[in-house]
Amino acid sequence: MTEKLHEFVETLKSANPEWVGDVKDALGEVTVTVPREHIFAACEFLRDSLGFDMLADLCGGDRGPEEDPRFEVNYHLFSTTHHKRLRLKVLLSEDDPKVESVTSLWKTADWHERETYDLVGVVFENHPDLRRILLPSDFDGHALRKDYPLRGYEPYSMN
Amino acid sequence: MSSAAETIAADFDAIDEPLETQMTLSMGPQHPSTHGVLRLDLRLDGELVVKAIPDIGYLHTGMEKLFEYKKYQQGIVITDRMDYLNPLGNNLAYVMAAEKLLQLEIPERAQVVRVLMCELQRIASHMVWLGTHCLDIGAMSVFFYCFRQREKILNLIEAASGGRMTPSYFRIGGLMMDLPAGFDRRVRQFMDDFPEAMDTFNTLVTGNRIWQSRTKDIGYISKEDAISWGLTGPCLRASGVDLDLRRDNPYTGYETYDFDIPVETGGDVWARFMVRMRELEESYKIVRQALERLKPGPIKADAPKVVLPDRDDMRKHMDSLIHHFLIVAEGFNVPPGEVYHAIEASKGELGVYMKSNGGPKPERVHFRGPSFVNLAALPVMSEGEMVADVVAIIGSLDIVLGEIDR
Repeated sequence: MTEKLHEFVETLKSANPEWVGDVKDALGEVTVTVPREHIFAACEFLRDSLGFDMLADLCGGDRGPEEDPRFEVNYHLFSTTHHKRLRLKVLLSEDDPKVESVTSLWKTADWHERETYDLVGVVFENHPDLRRILLPSDFDGHALRKDYPLRGYEPYSMN
Repeated sequence: MSSAAETIAADFDAIDEPLETQMTLSMGPQHPSTHGVLRLDLRLDGELVVKAIPDIGYLHTGMEKLFEYKKYQQGIVITDRMDYLNPLGNNLAYVMAAEKLLQLEIPERAQVVRVLMCELQRIASHMVWLGTHCLDIGAMSVFFYCFRQREKILNLIEAASGGRMTPSYFRIGGLMMDLPAGFDRRVRQFMDDFPEAMDTFNTLVTGNRIWQSRTKDIGYISKEDAISWGLTGPCLRASGVDLDLRRDNPYTGYETYDFDIPVETGGDVWARFMVRMRELEESYKIVRQALERLKPGPIKADAPKVVLPDRDDMRKHMDSLIHHFLIVAEGFNVPPGEVYHAIEASKGELGVYMKSNGGPKPERVHFRGPSFVNLAALPVMSEGEMVADVVAIIGSLDIVLGEIDR
């Protein structure tokens, strides 16, 4: 079921071995951990050479304040021709949660990256318009972080 | 919320033309044609849209945060409230992601009922789309004919689950309960009347010259742009991309049903309209086939530690009672792992990213809503069009703000 995906990962590895870190195959899905500085190049190669022309989803996550690296960004790539899915994962440390934006590869990354910035607090470099999208612009903190309380710090007022 | 307005104000300095020739119009969030609480910042040159900036977040309720504080089975009721026109689709995406983590086998009857209910829900969702789309453009009476059909489907959903808008009918491992007696007869009754309703819609709208001139060559998006903007569902198929997850990444046995994927190449409002109209007929075909396959059988997976036991079992068997107590009081542990499960909802690819750390509550649940992604492409479609056409374009995207803001 995932042989084809492993072929893609091998092609990716032969293009540049530095792009591919840990490869995990679980529950019929393949996850490739990509070092932060190579994510843009790896995405560009997957889009142009291996047919992953659609970014189905991009989401961030907080693994908890005690974890290091604390944050992760998941890129769910999809192909409209061979219909396979591949997950790329970038791990980011708490003191430097920055990663290169892929907006110039897929336009859809624009809102996904804004949402991730808004809720998790990951900064996407070279994003054309990185500002909050779901929460108000003067909101304090990032709501999806594990150390952010469910009910917030104080009742929020729209004034 | 003022951030978009601030950006526009800053952008004004960069415009070459004199300031007097352009104006900024804030459309929404209370505008009836924005289908909820969407605000658009439109920069206009006369009646032409120069720039459109969607401003969302008015309906944000922190659902993704809430999932992390609820047990897996409690999360199902939250999903009802996302895309409130397609709650069964949301239920399906969520429970299938959890089932993938738990590696559960779902019995045949439950699969068939899921397909049956989801396709009925798709028809109901498209009925709201057609009614409001026509209402926005000025054809008021279609709305009433559509809602009459939708009402019949909501009655069917209510008969099966007890809820009209918030069914929570699919549970992790199967269904909440079996279909009531005589349900297939009621569905057949609805199906027998539906072709006549389709004829009414085609007479009222499809062949209408005013409708055609309001929708043709409006809101164009090319095939390449549609893929780059991540459009899915009818919006993508209207731009000439033959992609439907029911056929290309099949789930719940869709690969065994016989149906066509309508594709149009126009990429405009008319093409999106035609795709959805033809999709209604395909859903009709699938419901007919699912009805034929409805055979008696178990509706819950054989996993006593995950699936709630039947009432009757609990009265007779001690272990069933213990399992029931444990599932309700403490939940069930899900093996660590992460999955991304996508289904073809009525509006496009509804993806669920679910990550488990081994406990009874998920570590992270993320919904990739089709409305969220499709709305992001609104500026591409509406720039260069008239203000009145923006209303038609929003209607053709078929967005639900509950899913966009989550």
